[in-house]
Amino acid sequence: METKTRMKRRAFIRTDDCVACGCCARVCPLSAIQVWRGVCAKVDPERCVGCGKCAKECPASVIEIQEVRG
Amino acid sequence: MKKRWYDYLWIVELTYMALGFFNILFAWLGMVFFCVPLIISLVWGTKGYCNRYCGRGQLFSLLGGRFGLSRKKDIPKWMKSKWFRYGFLIFFFIMFFQMLWNTYLVFAGVQHLRQAVTLLWTFKLPWHWAYHGTLFSPGVAQFAFGFYSVMLTSTILGLITMVLFKPRSWCVYCPMGTMTQLICKAKSGGQ
Repeated sequence: METKTRMKRRAFIRTDDCVACGCCARVCPLSAIQVWRGVCAKVDPERCVGCGKCAKECPASVIEIQEVRG
Repeated sequence: MKKRWYDYLWIVELTYMALGFFNILFAWLGMVFFCVPLIISLVWGTKGYCNRYCGRGQLFSLLGGRFGLSRKKDIPKWMKSKWFRYGFLIFFFIMFFQMLWNTYLVFAGVQHLRQAVTLLWTFKLPWHWAYHGTLFSPGVAQFAFGFYSVMLTSTILGLITMVLFKPRSWCVYCPMGTMTQLICKAKSGGQ
């Protein structure tokens, strides 16, 4: 029988366009995003479950939720 | 999520804007909003102010989020482009130095004190009710009028983009945010 592999979801940040405001980090329920040295936000792939709260909040709309093989 | 003391700094922002209606000299307190982000970025190399302590950002989050005053649409591409963000920073700098120059002229006695608040760098609103004299030079009051103009203008711009786009759209082109990010980039070696 064929088993379906469930795709994991994860937030991806276009760091070049990130303004490092930290809105994403404030709303992340798992503290999976941090603003790195005031330059841009970075996602901890181990913690992120791709809930999408950060993407909804980001004022610059630089966060996308994508499916990854996991 | 558990609320911390700094989650209530929007009250400070509201109080600051309100105080300027009663006595313009309170505008001087706004120097804190200018100095603290710069100090944090210069000393610690972070945008800790934007990330945690910005009362204005919190106010926009509250009004646009909980109070539903935002359309929550994406901001236009040009508005988040680097040329617009840096261009707005330069424009803001020019207008700020023009304000400082006007203050100097009043200090030097060349110009009289203008009891008005300039909105969006163009519209002069009478604001004489908020001036009750000063123990110091009228230049002190002139700076207060100029500084309050800057703060009120940026708040109004922030409110407009909050309604039209996402609640904290102001953060994308906030000159202070752009400047502190540039400082952080320089400190982290341009990575």
